[in-house]
Amino acid sequence: MTNTDSVLEGNRLSLSRLLTQVENDSREGRAALTELFPHTGRAHLIGVTGAPGTGKSSLVNQLTLYYRKQQNKKIAIIAVDPSSPFTGGAVLGDRVRMRDLSGDNGVFIRSMASRGSVGGLAQTTASLAQVFDAAGYDIIIIETVGAGQSEVDIARLAHTTVVVEAPGLGDEIQAIKAGILEIADILVVNKADRPGVENTERALRSTLELAHPTKRIFRHHGQTLTVNVPEVNATLWIPPINKTISTDGTGIPELAGSIEKHAAHLHQSGDWAARDRTRLGSEMEALLREALMSRFLEGVHKKKYEDIIEKVHQRGLSPYEAVQYLLNGK
Amino acid sequence: MTEKKIRVLVAKPGLDGHDRGAKVVARALRDAGMEVIYTGLRQTPEMIAEAALQEDVDVVGLSILSGAHMALAPRILELLKANGQENVHVFIGGIIPDEDMPRLREMGITGIYGPGASTEDIIKDVREAVK
Repeated sequence: MTNTDSVLEGNRLSLSRLLTQVENDSREGRAALTELFPHTGRAHLIGVTGAPGTGKSSLVNQLTLYYRKQQNKKIAIIAVDPSSPFTGGAVLGDRVRMRDLSGDNGVFIRSMASRGSVGGLAQTTASLAQVFDAAGYDIIIIETVGAGQSEVDIARLAHTTVVVEAPGLGDEIQAIKAGILEIADILVVNKADRPGVENTERALRSTLELAHPTKRIFRHHGQTLTVNVPEVNATLWIPPINKTISTDGTGIPELAGSIEKHAAHLHQSGDWAARDRTRLGSEMEALLREALMSRFLEGVHKKKYEDIIEKVHQRGLSPYEAVQYLLNGK
Repeated sequence: MTEKKIRVLVAKPGLDGHDRGAKVVARALRDAGMEVIYTGLRQTPEMIAEAALQEDVDVVGLSILSGAHMALAPRILELLKANGQENVHVFIGGIIPDEDMPRLREMGITGIYGPGASTEDIIKDVREAVK
């Protein structure tokens, strides 16, 4: 029996070893991905992102407990933490918050170091998700590196992106900047037992209203005014705001409900297929770029390449000229 | 292709709550370029073996200061073996009396480190074992 067969049959050791090969982008890993590819495309990929310390890992823990108890779904978790830019080492600590999940064969947690990627995921996170998908996991939860404002790769990978906020992390201006809030399909205000939760929720809500205006009634200088806005497109998804306390599980069933609604919306509107297509397209593009680059470099003498870099360094050539020179040979 | 990273699980089995040693070692291994999966306090042998399996680690580092090493270490080795991970190297740090060391090594523990052990030695031994 080949390794991929035993992965498809649910052997956990084979699965784990294959994940390592795929993570290391080895030849065996790539071959296995090709074999597994026809079995992918079934799982619901849920991304969980947000600033460090907002409680992403604890939330993933609670959400997984809920899915296991209420829906008996098989859950894979990919938890990404940063690699050191200096040594390449990493301490991956997300499991600390997920101890409730141990002893359950329906859950598989894999920690991953970002290994130099800066978009909040590692280079091979999408491939790991494909392996779990093929191995029959119903839901794959991908927890990103503690993200700031531009770690938005997750939105390209996941079907549903959950952005986790916590009280006291910023005002409305933070909320209207481009980036992480824009990618949210669902917003979570975690640590909802902390003071300031109303302010955070209000800031998020008013941000959403800037993007998705609906009919509103408000009081202005003592007069009640009603403002009608154009009919909201029925296929438009407006991100709900869920309040949770991930230390005790408050709000988790409601969050799971929002996620389910979003999945239904994606299927209904055709976005599920569209997202899948975009994601596979960009994956293919990245592979193509890499292959073209290595094919091109095969035809260039290393010495010549180094000489050109040196010339650029000496300010004899601009980088644009250097690239032209490499491509055209003159 | 990326080079193969050494993956290490650092775990604290048993009931003592002193995790400074484990954290110092985790940090040192990180600075040596390894990927360290840290699982936190009060892990059962079953939890440790399960994490080692899911993370496909090369090395498991146990921190034990409770005196229960003669019960915990063999159980963890047994579970790793049962999962097909007999090639994972197990290291122990903590308070281990001299007279227990030969028996632990016999069981298959790769390295044992007491108070004052240098992290450089640990890094060197881990690299040597995984080679």
